[in-house]
Amino acid sequence: MINITVNGTQHQLDLELDTPLLWALRDVVGLTGTKYGCGIAQCGACTVHINGVAMRSCSVAIGNLEGASITTIEGLATGGRHPVQEAWIAEDVPQCGYCQSGQIMATVAFLKAHPNPTDADIDANITNICRCGTYERLRRAIHRAAESMKT
Amino acid sequence: MDASHTASTTLNRRQFLFTAATAAGGFAIGFGALPRWAEAATVAAQPWDETATSPHEIDAWIAIDPDDSILIRYQRAEMGQGSMTAVPMMLNEELQADWSKIRIEYASANRNIRENKVYGDMFSNGSRSIKGSQKLVQQVGASARERLIAAAAQRWAVPASECGAANSVVTHKPSGRTLRYGEIASDAAKIKLDKEPAIKTPDQFTFIGKPMPRIDVPLKVDGSAKFGIDAQVPGMVFAAIIQCPVPGGKLKSVDESPLSGAPGIVGVVKMPDAVAVAATGSFWRAKQALAKLQPEWDVGPAGNTDTAQFLREYRAALDEGKAATARNQGNVDQALPGAAKTLEAVYETPYLSHSPMEPMNATVDLKPDRLDIWVGTQDALDETEKAAKAAGLEPEQVYLHNCFVGGGFGRRNVADEVVQAIAIAKAVQKPVKLIWTREEDTRHDKFRPMAVTRFKAGLGADGMPAAWSIRTVAGSVPLAAGLKLPPNGVDFVAIAALASNPYNIANTRVECVVKDTHLPVWWWRAPGANQNVYAIESFLDEIAAASGQDPYQLRRKLLAGKPDYLKVLDTVAEKSDWGKPLPKGRGRGIAICEDTGSLCAQVAEVTVGSKGEVKVDRVIAAIDSRYVVNPLTVAEQVEGAIIFGLTAALYGKIDVKNGVPVQGNFDTYRMVRLAQAPKIDVYVMPGGGKDWGGAGEPGTPPIAGAVANAIFAATGKRIRSLPIMDHDLSSGSA
Repeated sequence: MINITVNGTQHQLDLELDTPLLWALRDVVGLTGTKYGCGIAQCGACTVHINGVAMRSCSVAIGNLEGASITTIEGLATGGRHPVQEAWIAEDVPQCGYCQSGQIMATVAFLKAHPNPTDADIDANITNICRCGTYERLRRAIHRAAESMKT
Repeated sequence: MDASHTASTTLNRRQFLFTAATAAGGFAIGFGALPRWAEAATVAAQPWDETATSPHEIDAWIAIDPDDSILIRYQRAEMGQGSMTAVPMMLNEELQADWSKIRIEYASANRNIRENKVYGDMFSNGSRSIKGSQKLVQQVGASARERLIAAAAQRWAVPASECGAANSVVTHKPSGRTLRYGEIASDAAKIKLDKEPAIKTPDQFTFIGKPMPRIDVPLKVDGSAKFGIDAQVPGMVFAAIIQCPVPGGKLKSVDESPLSGAPGIVGVVKMPDAVAVAATGSFWRAKQALAKLQPEWDVGPAGNTDTAQFLREYRAALDEGKAATARNQGNVDQALPGAAKTLEAVYETPYLSHSPMEPMNATVDLKPDRLDIWVGTQDALDETEKAAKAAGLEPEQVYLHNCFVGGGFGRRNVADEVVQAIAIAKAVQKPVKLIWTREEDTRHDKFRPMAVTRFKAGLGADGMPAAWSIRTVAGSVPLAAGLKLPPNGVDFVAIAALASNPYNIANTRVECVVKDTHLPVWWWRAPGANQNVYAIESFLDEIAAASGQDPYQLRRKLLAGKPDYLKVLDTVAEKSDWGKPLPKGRGRGIAICEDTGSLCAQVAEVTVGSKGEVKVDRVIAAIDSRYVVNPLTVAEQVEGAIIFGLTAALYGKIDVKNGVPVQGNFDTYRMVRLAQAPKIDVYVMPGGGKDWGGAGEPGTPPIAGAVANAIFAATGKRIRSLPIMDHDLSSGSA
């Protein structure tokens, strides 16, 4: 039995210890905003924050997470929207939308480390795949979010 | 610039530029700010209604509550193309309701079946969600508006002709009296019109053509939007599946003993070509259990095939295959030998997987007299019928709850995953959620066909092509889809954009040879055109190079008398500074296509490094989709279509070894990411006309040719096969 905190709520996970956090979140905790895309940490659709660090949850076994605090897209902002989410709306970023939870979670963590990101910073750090090809707007949204978080 | 171009550019009201180039971070030039979100229509995170009915319906499409809130049902799919916003916009052009009070949900395929196809077709493919809905939903909106007006007129005892409707209010013009839609909706529901009102013509549009934010966006930034894979049904178990690694092969046997006594395993389900394991608790448990099994497969002779062999066979079929003639104009056989100069080249494009971000999945709850399905599908009606057959039920007993679709691109109307989920549910007697792993999704795709295309051209003394002959060998999507080829044997997908090429060359012949392997093929964004435009636009570039002409000017000459083509072509040339010198190692390439009734031209600007690394720096695109409902989503579709086509151009290939598709996940089936994404400027310039064009696909075909031509401009190296990553473009190479 593994104890984790997800978006401030405690959960006990009665699953095999090699179960990736992704499936624990989706199938047991019942939070489906975190998406399965590849299962090998390639696409980033499953990105969540584990103890504040952006991680690809498809490749983190719950056996390593006793006592960990997890933030998913559902817990990113309570009673409103995070500036990154606002920027995504302002730039009309998502198309199919499936990758966007991961894109947003990756961006939130990225902007903490890079409050004034250059395009090169973005290229090097935001590596999530978007099959719909929303990169044009995604890049603009990252800059917009960075601006709005400064003020 | 010719007169027609000048004339068209005066249509400022209908022209839009969507650009990243503004330092202010604005994304649109040429019109005012978007409506604030509070003013936009909405959709629920779960975009379907279990009951599919409402107490305040005007008809099957529209319900108006006493408080003026309005429900509009949308009959097609939302897979990111924005039609769930744009189709209701067309309806509301006529309904004249307050857009901010409108809620949109999916129409029910089950109700469609029960009510004599009141919603018509329900598919989203071929870029037809808009043009295939336009007349129908305008009529629906107009009819409802006239019934609301008639209801108000009745209440006031005045002639309906004295009343008008706007912003969810009917006004009696002479007296100024008003009634809100919510006050008269129940009366309107009882009114039958003597005759259906005429729908608006494009010159009368006031709402269509306004850029509107997509209604589904807020749900897609907070994780609440429900995709098929997110379905949660009480008592549901999870299933993982492995299909015969060689497509078309069969399951011989599987030893289930490795799972005997394993906790949480609900069942091992054998299918003709697959094995599934169902488990409680999590999908991971099912997947891990499945990995313990070692099914034996009967792969047949296909198990000895590989890509190199296919290529040899396709090349041979250029001469040996049975060719069907799609276009034959002038006399190519006479003109070619007589030409001052002849050119020949063969272009090759590989199999490709659709690879939507949401892998194939379906959740089903099968009861003796009812089947519920949760899936993201591009065709809820067709998949309902396929599911009914698989379950042994009548279509009226099947309730397919279409979800937000996590990428379609043509993949999501096969229903293979739905049929499998039904088989598993039958076996385990529980609701089941089946998910394909990414590897299953890639390797068991219905692929974009491979093709080998040969061009022969004869140039006159003036360097202009006097004759060309084009023959393509390709897998047949229509045959795969159960369609029949016409008696002349021409596969209309295989020759897409080749036979219909707009270039004025007196002697033109286009032929196709249908040739398949054991890999199943299917519709893939801009079918046929997605590879043929690369080939023909590259070869045209070869003609330009061979005759010392500018590739843009050659196209202009060959498109003389076609002002709509010239308009998009001139736009991208002008906006890309075509002709302006670039530093060494950089180049521009141009390409144009007609697809789904729309025209799209693109210029790509490329840098090739000394080690041969290719970076596409910038793409300028212009699209004439004839009409535009939501210019914002048209621009977004072109942007995305360019990235989709760029991934295919740079990296896309599915190799075959021992009959098995090789690439399985994103480590080997590479995708363009942010770092490789060019700046994209899209010019949306609808030119009007008799027919409406599509927007989802036309942006994909030109990009590979534009990039390949830019690489030629930068390096002098001609890319005659895709993907580009397989070519050595380093400075020292030949």
